[in-house]
Amino acid sequence: MLRTLFALLIVKPVALLMLGINVRGKQHLPLSGPAILVANHNSHLDTVALLSLFPLRIINKVHPVAAADYFLCNRFIKWFALNIVGIVPIERRIKEAGLHIFTPAIEALDNGSILIIFPEGTRGEPEMMGKMKNGIGHLVSERPDIPVIPVFFYGLGKCLPKGEVLLVPFFVDAFIGEPLKWEGNRQLFMDKLAKAMSELQSKAITVVSDEQF
Amino acid sequence: MNTAYIPFNVQIAFMVIGGLLTVASLVSMYLVRAKPERDYSELRLRIKTWWIIVAVFATAVLFNRTVSVIVLGLVSFLAFKEYLSIVPTRRADHRVLFWAYLAIPIQFYWVWIAWYGLFIIFIPVFVFLFLPMRMILIGENQGFLRAIGTLQWGLMITVFGLSHAAFMLVLPAEANPAGGAMGLVIYLVFLTEINDVAQYIWGKSFGKRKIVPKVSPNKTVAGFVGGVLTTTALAVTLAPFLTPLTHYESLGAGILCGLAGFVGDVTISALKRDIGVKDSGSLLPGHGGILDRLDSLTYTAPLFFHYVYFLHY
Repeated sequence: MLRTLFALLIVKPVALLMLGINVRGKQHLPLSGPAILVANHNSHLDTVALLSLFPLRIINKVHPVAAADYFLCNRFIKWFALNIVGIVPIERRIKEAGLHIFTPAIEALDNGSILIIFPEGTRGEPEMMGKMKNGIGHLVSERPDIPVIPVFFYGLGKCLPKGEVLLVPFFVDAFIGEPLKWEGNRQLFMDKLAKAMSELQSKAITVVSDEQF
Repeated sequence: MNTAYIPFNVQIAFMVIGGLLTVASLVSMYLVRAKPERDYSELRLRIKTWWIIVAVFATAVLFNRTVSVIVLGLVSFLAFKEYLSIVPTRRADHRVLFWAYLAIPIQFYWVWIAWYGLFIIFIPVFVFLFLPMRMILIGENQGFLRAIGTLQWGLMITVFGLSHAAFMLVLPAEANPAGGAMGLVIYLVFLTEINDVAQYIWGKSFGKRKIVPKVSPNKTVAGFVGGVLTTTALAVTLAPFLTPLTHYESLGAGILCGLAGFVGDVTISALKRDIGVKDSGSLLPGHGGILDRLDSLTYTAPLFFHYVYFLHY
């Protein structure tokens, strides 16, 4: 209920008025879970932009996977992140915590959730895809039948770059790619995902720069 | 909404606009059926967009001053956002752009309280002096002139120019007994849009010689002349119902809107050609094309405003 209201009153209006998202490949967007969305991470707006792509009736099923150390740091942010944004918190340091850190994410998938994952692990350079962490590979290996949908955002780093607090409105481009399947091997899967993301990125750059310069 | 406050002529005007669009919708539906082999989706989409534009415009003028200012301010905001999204901006200017956006609500606030003095100097004096200073505080010299030039030009056409359309709604209604407070804006927007359509139709029918081949290869001398004549004829016909203009004054208003509409149109075309965008509508399907729709108005609104303001207010 709170999450639907948040989507209706904050996420959708911000995305519509302050941003304006031009989506390409919308037919690839999953409308039921379980599914995993993988996106580049340049700004806190990424989550808002991704949530805004979904219709209100399934917004309760969409959960961003987020760093526990960052979002559970104080009581207010923790409440907001868990109850309003609906994050699935995980530990960032896999070596210390072991593989069971994915348990909450796997449970969410088993409940039919659509998870949003930023495999760079943190907000990177604007309009770039940094090196992806292996966590996504571990997660998909646990549930190999679940489709993984790559999404590339172009322009959000311009609206609200890391380290800025002022949102400056611009139109944003989103490129959604075809769903990927587990390849039976983590390295193969990670390579395929990296390739899909870089294809979307070069598509974004050619489309946008063709139109702009 | 209290219909008693809407002058009879304005009610008629909206009925006529609704009627014209209904005819256009019916004709397009007939065409789809009569000639299934041809693709009319573009035409259908255009007419549908026109319905939306008229609905937004009706909301903007028919309720009250607050609604008018908010709706026209939002239109201005969307146009400015579209402008900034297609022109190159420097990453260093993030906070400068924020201030530029902030000028929009302030400018429309002057409209809302009908403070003409500040409305007319706020952007060209205060904002235009403040933004370069804010840029200099950031200290990025590379591309300074280009950055400040593009930013100020954008504010000029999408905010300052368009806010004149809003200010017409707050001019004293007593000075315009025929059309009331909203008559002038309806007159201006109707003439500007008809001028676009007339130029297109005249150009398609009789156009040969190109008028500005480098900027806009589709524009012809015949289209331009036919457009100005059509607009002037309509301006003279409609003036007694919607404006305080006399016959001769409305002749001038018609020529002014015809000429200015053309210049506004090709100015936005030149801007898009410089950046390399053909159509800001195809760049931003579903959202964009606001600049494409407002291009002529960016010139006609301030020029027509000052023409009428000088003569009657």
